[in-house]
Amino acid sequence: MSGLTSSPRVAWVNARLLDPASGLDATGAVVVENETIVAAGPDVDVSGARVVDCAGACLAPGLVDMRVQLREPGFDHMETMRTAGEAAVAGGVTSMVCLPNTDPPLDDEAMLEFVARRARLVGLPKVYAYGACTVGLEGRALAEMAIMAGSGACGFTDGVRAIADAGIMARVLNYAATFNLLVIQHPEEPSLASGVMNSGALATRMGLSGIPREAEIILLERDLRLVAMTGARYHAAHISTRESVRLIRRAKERGLPVTCDTAPFYFSLTEDAVRDYRTFAKLSPPLRSEDDRLGIVEGLREGVIDCIASDHSPQDQDNKRQTFAAAAFGAVGLETLLPVSLELYHSGALTLLDVVRRLSETPARLLRLPGGRLKAGDKADFVLFDPEAPWQVDASAFRSKSKNSPFDGRAVRGRVLTTVIDGRKVYEAC
Amino acid sequence: MTTPETGILPQHLLGIEGLTRDQISLFLDHAERYASFGARDAAFGRPLDGRTVINLFFENSTRTRTSFELAAKRLGADVINMEVGASSISKGETLIDTAVTLNAMHPEALVIRHADSGAVALLAQKVNCAVVNAGDGAHEHPTQALLDALTIRLRKGRLEGLTVAICGDVAHSRVARSNIHLLTTMGATVRAVGPRSLVPSGVRAMGAEIFHDMREGLRDVDIVMMLRVQTERMQGNFFPSAREYFRFFGLDREKLALARPDALIMHPGPMNRGVEIDSDVADDFERSVIRMQVEMGVAVRMAVLELLSNRTGREVVK
Repeated sequence: MSGLTSSPRVAWVNARLLDPASGLDATGAVVVENETIVAAGPDVDVSGARVVDCAGACLAPGLVDMRVQLREPGFDHMETMRTAGEAAVAGGVTSMVCLPNTDPPLDDEAMLEFVARRARLVGLPKVYAYGACTVGLEGRALAEMAIMAGSGACGFTDGVRAIADAGIMARVLNYAATFNLLVIQHPEEPSLASGVMNSGALATRMGLSGIPREAEIILLERDLRLVAMTGARYHAAHISTRESVRLIRRAKERGLPVTCDTAPFYFSLTEDAVRDYRTFAKLSPPLRSEDDRLGIVEGLREGVIDCIASDHSPQDQDNKRQTFAAAAFGAVGLETLLPVSLELYHSGALTLLDVVRRLSETPARLLRLPGGRLKAGDKADFVLFDPEAPWQVDASAFRSKSKNSPFDGRAVRGRVLTTVIDGRKVYEAC
Repeated sequence: MTTPETGILPQHLLGIEGLTRDQISLFLDHAERYASFGARDAAFGRPLDGRTVINLFFENSTRTRTSFELAAKRLGADVINMEVGASSISKGETLIDTAVTLNAMHPEALVIRHADSGAVALLAQKVNCAVVNAGDGAHEHPTQALLDALTIRLRKGRLEGLTVAICGDVAHSRVARSNIHLLTTMGATVRAVGPRSLVPSGVRAMGAEIFHDMREGLRDVDIVMMLRVQTERMQGNFFPSAREYFRFFGLDREKLALARPDALIMHPGPMNRGVEIDSDVADDFERSVIRMQVEMGVAVRMAVLELLSNRTGREVVK
């Protein structure tokens, strides 16, 4: 924290400002007073402010990560609010939204208040939560969604479980639509998803049971029909196939209130990553083919895929140092979210502004959260990064308690330099 | 609008749907006359003296059955109550056999309640006497709508031009359906208020406006008609919990304040206090007409039994 002697105004000058909300991509400055942005743009008055020279680095709204598993309470040996918070700010994430699959699950207002209180105590990124759609995430009885919404739940999902029963999903959507709540689905038909990796020649060769892409496509297709029936706001999480992109595109063209996200894994890796039975690349949904990966990149370029989320899923050694069949699904992602997403920029698929848009502006708008903009009056939550800086991912250096990353050892470009939350520097690269 | 049937009542009272404004008014006018007599039996003149009314209830009921029984007795009829548990009778042929058997005993009227929509109409095809629907599934409960209308008419002096909010489990409610038919026919504006899971969009085609926000739905209404919510619907199937239901769709002082200051509170009973209605609202002496509804129930059922009795093919002149 700055001392008493410093000016209450701080000017972050000589930065490449990236503000997707206003379309701004220009050299300029952001002036912060206490917790709040008072001015941002190419020509702002910085007189009377303490000046921080950004030396041409990119300054963007802090990332809003809409899909994080916090593991606290219940699985603190994998991750805690503090370790996840430290990983988040190191990754440029200033707001994150956690899934309700804790123990006990986030299926009533007291649990949401617990998460909010713990997050305040830790005081790193802003932590928001989804409430459960059904009691105990069991896919049967409706949870108290409206009461939880009043306690801050910014959306509703059964987390890593799909709501498989069509009748119950219809009820969830119908009920959510009453209060205009957002329902987020893990789109995977469970009766087709008993396998451990993507179905196909590689799974056959490796002797592993497959999860066909149809598991995702069928549930998504069904859900979109239920959305048309109920009018509920629906968001498909971590889509992984080309066909899913096509379905969402068509739904949007029809005017359905549908959005989706994907995780960096699905535009940067393919099923090849699980060769040699690498359990760190065992993900749900599974990594798909090159054609699907290209479909996801295309979806991001077109804007059919609205958001990129880390899908941070910490697993401890016990869960990953296993045979491939026995190992748990999931990978950590907070600390690789920005550099791996920047591959879309370096490959020419997306502009820098659009990468930032999918990581901050769109998720914030979709979940109706503050942040995601560089706007006078908004809280000063932003990230300074160098989009070109090359480095090699070293999972052992992660702040996250779990190190299960399929990106370990990957050469990437783009590094978070500083993360600022409410005007306060919470992370600085050494 | 007048039709050739104006002033002529059908043989049975199976529902409100299809009744004309004049037919409804005829029932209400007769009932109002009975209501004005109070409970002095002598004034009723025993028009059904020596006739038999059979209450055939395939679904448990205390209030409605008692109300029909009292109505028939005040008219001088002999009353037989048959409570047949829905489970003890197999559906289809046996149900019809029951009706045929009872018909052979030549009752004046059969008052029937059944858990299945359409069951009363099915039985009515098999008998010559008048059949009064005392509630069939989620379809109709015509005498409830008539008694609600009579209550409103006595308190407000009219039905036409009023705005009535029907709140709660419209999806499963025969009371709601009969009331929507009656009130729209009589020129009132009807709103159906509740969560999407309990208010089917089809009620729009029946003439009701739909509101999913109760505060919006109650704004400036003349009548707040609460429906009973079955507790089994409060266990996550249609609604997460009674607590959440009460917070968003229960009638309390705060929500009631949005209705007109002289708005009346109605409920077909039995009430779930703390689920769909707050106790102090239910017991509000000035505005709650819940007890008056019960009282009007007897008068309405007397009017219905009298008007339908011994008049097959006969015109009733207003």
